[in-house]
Amino acid sequence: MLETFGHLPIAWLLFAVLAAAGFVSFFAGRTEAVAVGRGSSERLNSQPNYHGYFVAMATIGPAAIVLGLYALFGETLVRGELAGELPQRIRDLGSLELNQYIDRIAEQSAMRDAGPTGNALFDAATARYTSLLGISRIIAVFLALLAAWAGFFVAKRKLSVNFRARANVENGIKLLLFMCAAIAVFTTIGIVLSLFFEALRFFSRVPFFSFIFGLEWNAQTGADFGAIPLFFGTFMIAFLAMLVAAPIGLLSAIYLSEYASPRFRSIVKPILELLAGIPTVVYGFFALQFVAPLVRSTANWVNGLAFVPDGFLAAQPTSALAAGIVMGIMIIPFVSSLSDDVINAVPQTLRDGAYAMGATKSETVKQVVMPAALPGVIAALLLAVSRAIGETMIVVMAAGQRAQITPDPTADLTTITVQIVALLTGDTEFDSAKTLSAFALGFVLFIVTLIFNLIALRVVQKYREKYE
Amino acid sequence: MDGNVEDFTETDKSERAANMAEMIKVDCRNIDVFYDDKQAIFDISLAIQDRAVTSFIGPSGCGKSTFLRCMNRMNDTIESAKVTGKIFMDGADINDHSIDPVLLRSRVGMVFQKPNPFPKSIYDNIAYGPRIHGLAGSKSELDEIVESSLRKAGLWDEVKDRLPAPGTGLSGGQQQRLCIARAIAVSPEVILMDEPCSALDPIATARIEELIDELRERYCIVIVTHSMQQAARVSQRTAFFHLGKLVEYGDTERIFTNPEDTRTQDYITGRFG
Repeated sequence: MLETFGHLPIAWLLFAVLAAAGFVSFFAGRTEAVAVGRGSSERLNSQPNYHGYFVAMATIGPAAIVLGLYALFGETLVRGELAGELPQRIRDLGSLELNQYIDRIAEQSAMRDAGPTGNALFDAATARYTSLLGISRIIAVFLALLAAWAGFFVAKRKLSVNFRARANVENGIKLLLFMCAAIAVFTTIGIVLSLFFEALRFFSRVPFFSFIFGLEWNAQTGADFGAIPLFFGTFMIAFLAMLVAAPIGLLSAIYLSEYASPRFRSIVKPILELLAGIPTVVYGFFALQFVAPLVRSTANWVNGLAFVPDGFLAAQPTSALAAGIVMGIMIIPFVSSLSDDVINAVPQTLRDGAYAMGATKSETVKQVVMPAALPGVIAALLLAVSRAIGETMIVVMAAGQRAQITPDPTADLTTITVQIVALLTGDTEFDSAKTLSAFALGFVLFIVTLIFNLIALRVVQKYREKYE
Repeated sequence: MDGNVEDFTETDKSERAANMAEMIKVDCRNIDVFYDDKQAIFDISLAIQDRAVTSFIGPSGCGKSTFLRCMNRMNDTIESAKVTGKIFMDGADINDHSIDPVLLRSRVGMVFQKPNPFPKSIYDNIAYGPRIHGLAGSKSELDEIVESSLRKAGLWDEVKDRLPAPGTGLSGGQQQRLCIARAIAVSPEVILMDEPCSALDPIATARIEELIDELRERYCIVIVTHSMQQAARVSQRTAFFHLGKLVEYGDTERIFTNPEDTRTQDYITGRFG
């Protein structure tokens, strides 16, 4: 009911009406201001256009707020009302199951050509839900139009020669910008909170300490939820990745910022940054097809050496080393680009000072430029680490699935991200310890990367104070 | 290198002969400097005396700093800069292939406009030069060099109790004296100063000027300055630059009391610049 108006969804119609109201009120306000200006000996405080904008804002603003509130809380109100009208025995079910019951009603109601299910109570509730929803929409639209109408008249009455429309429009723009920023912030908070509460649900089933300190992970069978092997795999692969990315990234940044000619730099730097634009799934592909077999054959060759005990290296078809190497290549541009920026931020006067002492280029870089850039470089490395820890696709494709703790880099390891993917793909019910453990893992992952990023930001801030 | 004298005109010869008696440390001949296609220095020839302070004055952008940087080949570090002409230090051509610019710079120290202590301790700032050039055989020798350099720069009493503290924590004037001490530590023969007081307050400036006057007894000092009073106070010889050309060069007293060129006259009386 009242989903569409002719072929047009009702929401679209409402937007069109509000947009038209905005236009009309703009011109109404503008004309009014011009008239007021003519009728007075004083000059208008604000130009007529600003009066127009002000009236348009006062018209659309309140309506938009009403509709926004409805979008946020409308359905909750309807559901509350319906729950109150349901028979006592269903209300006694408890909040979780009652909610699920109403979820099913809402689902049934949203299906356009769903016939009756045969369950009289359910069908009646569905019909009631549909009609309540319709009524709520009508009320919302009515309130929105009323708000627009009221806003229009209040604003229009305010117009006078001395009315500071310009300042009021400025405040309106400030409010709009603030709300956009608030949306981003609240979304983040919402994601974190939902992660947190799902994680709490998990910890009500599996004790926190047996999760954090447990050494066995068998989530697929729902038996063991010890996350240590996953942490181990994650940090092992991140460590291997940094072993590749830190030296190559840092040294190439030094080359680019200190040694390369501007021409060479202008060509190579964008190419290096292009590496960051390659989709991670392509890296994963590369790891699986090329690096993993290479790691394996190298490991087999090492195993075949006379002085190496049999089976010294695991030589698995997918391995931590393969994933680590490719992930390292992936984060080289992070390290090099960020380090390049910090190295460039070191004042030229410091280099001049060292050169004037008779230092060579490498002495200058080693003893003056790098110590000065060190805090920024550390921040760059920390950001790269948090990127490596959170990276998913490469490890899903090339690291393997086995949760184990072994120092052998040619063995297959699994990481937090790989397990989250494995737990949540396919047919899953969002109510078992198995799927909930994914949220707990996600929450822990979030905390870890957050800590790395916070430290990095802090270090960067401290560094900034020094030169600016 | 005695053959150099040949390519001079008669007037040059007599002037130089007179100067020779006062010991020439750095002799620059027909210097041109280009940044890409733009010429910054036009055919400047200038001889600088040892154990004296020579000041370069002139309006902004007249090329005095560029010219100063030719003398320790600092322009080599700027990609687009090209220097032609010859500079002789104690008779040896510093642009010759056999001369290592890195070694040259240990003989020609430099102090910059803005104090630029390294992000290291006070001690390490001074010890940096002696270390890279291997001037000290032992820790105690290095300690000695650090102390004597700081003493010569008049900074010892202020910092002797906090040598491990970072050099960047000192005041602006102290930092500049630290930079001078750093330059002295490698026992240079020439010290170039590029507007060393322009970032300092009058008291710190006075302290540095005193220091320059003391250092004159041991070193050949060239100072670029925007302050004509400073040039008059600290230097024995003054060169006036204008639009990349050397307009006038002579005893400081004469330049300031009786300039030959009207441009010099206009500049020192504040009519332009």
